[in-house]
Amino acid sequence: MTLLDVENLWVKFPSRHGVFVAVRGVSFTLGKERLGIVGESGSGKSLTGRSILRLIRPPGIMTADHILLEGDDLMTKTERDMRAVRGQRISMVMQDPKFSLNPVMTIGAQIMEAYMLHNAVNKKAAYAKAIEMLEAVSIRAPERVMRSYPHEMSGGMGQRIMIAMMLIPNPQILIADEPTSALDVSVQRQVLDIMDTLVKDRGMGLIFISHDLNLVADFCDRVLIMYAGRIVEVCDADKLREAKHPYTRGLLNSLPRLDEPRARLEVLQRDPAWSEAPSVSGRI
Amino acid sequence: MSMLSVENLNVWFGHGRDRVDAVKDATFAVARGESFGLVGESGSGKSTILRAITGLAPDWSGNITVDGKEIGKRREKAFFKTVQMVFQDPYASLHPRHSVDQVLGETLYLHGFTDIDTRVVNLLDDVGLGAKFRFRYPHQLSGGQRQRVAIARALAPAPEILLLDEPTSALDVSVQAEILNLLADLRTEHGLTYVMVSHDLSVVGHMCDRLAVMKDGEIVEIMDVATLRNMQATHPYSQHLLQASL
Amino acid sequence: MSETQSLRAWLLTDTPTSRRHAKFAAAYQGWLSFRSNTMAMIGLWILIFLVFVAIAAPILAPHDPFEQTLANRLQGLNADGHILGTDSLGRDILSRLIYGSRITLFIVGLVALIAPITGLLVGTVAGYVGGWVDTILMRITDIFLAFPRLVLALAFVAALGAGIENAVLAISLTAWPPYARMARAETLTIRSSDYISAIQLQGAGPLRIITKHIWPLCISSLIVRVTLDMAGIILAAAGLGFLGLGAQPPSPEWGAMISEGRRFILDSWWVATVPGLAIFTVSLAFNLLGDGLRDVLDPKDAET
Repeated sequence: MTLLDVENLWVKFPSRHGVFVAVRGVSFTLGKERLGIVGESGSGKSLTGRSILRLIRPPGIMTADHILLEGDDLMTKTERDMRAVRGQRISMVMQDPKFSLNPVMTIGAQIMEAYMLHNAVNKKAAYAKAIEMLEAVSIRAPERVMRSYPHEMSGGMGQRIMIAMMLIPNPQILIADEPTSALDVSVQRQVLDIMDTLVKDRGMGLIFISHDLNLVADFCDRVLIMYAGRIVEVCDADKLREAKHPYTRGLLNSLPRLDEPRARLEVLQRDPAWSEAPSVSGRI
Repeated sequence: MSMLSVENLNVWFGHGRDRVDAVKDATFAVARGESFGLVGESGSGKSTILRAITGLAPDWSGNITVDGKEIGKRREKAFFKTVQMVFQDPYASLHPRHSVDQVLGETLYLHGFTDIDTRVVNLLDDVGLGAKFRFRYPHQLSGGQRQRVAIARALAPAPEILLLDEPTSALDVSVQAEILNLLADLRTEHGLTYVMVSHDLSVVGHMCDRLAVMKDGEIVEIMDVATLRNMQATHPYSQHLLQASL
Repeated sequence: MSETQSLRAWLLTDTPTSRRHAKFAAAYQGWLSFRSNTMAMIGLWILIFLVFVAIAAPILAPHDPFEQTLANRLQGLNADGHILGTDSLGRDILSRLIYGSRITLFIVGLVALIAPITGLLVGTVAGYVGGWVDTILMRITDIFLAFPRLVLALAFVAALGAGIENAVLAISLTAWPPYARMARAETLTIRSSDYISAIQLQGAGPLRIITKHIWPLCISSLIVRVTLDMAGIILAAAGLGFLGLGAQPPSPEWGAMISEGRRFILDSWWVATVPGLAIFTVSLAFNLLGDGLRDVLDPKDAET
């Protein structure tokens, strides 16, 4: 079943030096799956994620033939209607939880506020629900966490809290933009596992945006590889290591590996043809 | 004799009740021409060791010896001619209003060189940028190019020890490969000794001969890279780290 | 045509070939982004016009600004060859306004030199050196900040004697503390940045770090702040003039002109209104210019 269908998405930024095209004709669909979008900085992967929520700020311009959320075209919605989509039906988790949480409110107050915004319940019920949410993201002693402020949380904790908050309104789609890049490797796994369980249990679609090929290969079902605003290759995550496109191959080979020591790392030779070829469709 | 040795190094921030001990009793030695890695998660104190060696973290105790000479509380000019450092974030380590020429020229001037013009061009060639980058400003450079400028700056006084503080963690993987290759080349060309801090075991495994694993300010294990590759780390924390990064 | 094109290309290059080339290119690109801000350009043009008027005052002024013709006093607009009328002593208001622009520029120029430089020195030294130096310098700053500006200026003028130079001095003395605070705050963030650590590792001393690395970053926001404050400075000078403690008669200082016109404001409104409008226009021009400069100079925005 298709949750999201994006057709021919473009994002442009006009400037004094001409128009900079950041995303060039990207199309893909998302089912109840974990879809990875990988690419280097400037490849347009984050902008693609933001465009789905129509979060491109002026002077940026985004166009698309359609962005269908369960058949409902987001491109024709007013800004007011979009607000009901953001957070309610599609949620987004950012890289650094520190910038997404209000520093002068306790965690508990923020979660409860988010919950009461979406559900007509009293404080007591919201409190109980908040505790339940924190337990769901494997936070021990949720009562104590409820009373603390964001700066008292470690990065991994903060990210788990963000995930908990994003999942409160029970969205159909979760967009995670480098959710674990700021975390230590050991914590990364925990956060990913939690996200994975929640997404699976609720039958959500997940768009996982990352620069880390290995992580995406392990964690996702399907992967879109982006380069210079285009999708250059689409493949199943478990077959990512056998990817064919020279860009994907180049990225894989440029990683140092503990099991295969090499004197020199392979350096990616960029072919201008990659950025001129049309975008590969990521539809099923 | 070792090029750099650190004995019972303690580093702390703040005083009294607010005192935080960032490094506790760290001891290691790096031979001339060796590349030594410091691995650990954030907050393990690995970068703090580098900052203590260079004097950027002022509160420390213990012994630091560079090329047989013990380092006092005040660093002399000669020290900075021997030890140089490359910072983690190339977007933060270059002065936003100084051109590449100013950055390198000033460094050379401070170290008392007179043939600054030729040296600036040579340094840029050394790091694979070339003279056409000489008069550019940081905002006109990509992350990888900025890091190359930062490496050129560190090379300017012709040091013997280069301290590398996560030099590629802010860069894309393809750029990381270029920078790691460059660092490896420079090490052979100039006979440099490296101390490299990283959270990425595979980067350290690629670049270093030996490494120390740090946790909560303490060095829990020192091993050579072969041990790491064969997964023969003895300390449970090193094993845990190794598992997580595979 | 082709020559201007190649000059443009030379200025817009990404690969400058010499130190001078790089400086010109950076300046030109700053100018381009400033030029695209219409409001700031309006401000700039008004100020250029003011400078022109001040320089060309003897040619532009239709009458002698000090010549009194009591028979001709309080003439209305456009009466008898006096475009903006005459004041209570029969002096031509337009001519006085034109000559007054010199005084305004004099005040603005001097204050703009003294106050920010003092503030920059105090703030950066306090911020970079820290410790007891910081404490002493900042407590002095606090003392100055604790007084209302005009009251402190009044006290200074009262002590030093009335007159335009003393007014400038008094305004400068009261204007520097905010700059010191701002420069200190910026220095504190700059001081802990990696590029300062990097230059420390080259053995650079505090003097070099403050003057060559911290100042260039503080100066841009300081310039912005100064242009935004200019309006206030002109008003303060006018205020002192109005209270009779700034420029002394018969000097055509704008504030003093308003003060004189105040007595006739009901029957001869233009005598006070015209210099008031001049003050308003110049203040507004400085504000617009400051806003535009902030967009160009603020390093936080220039980063991206």
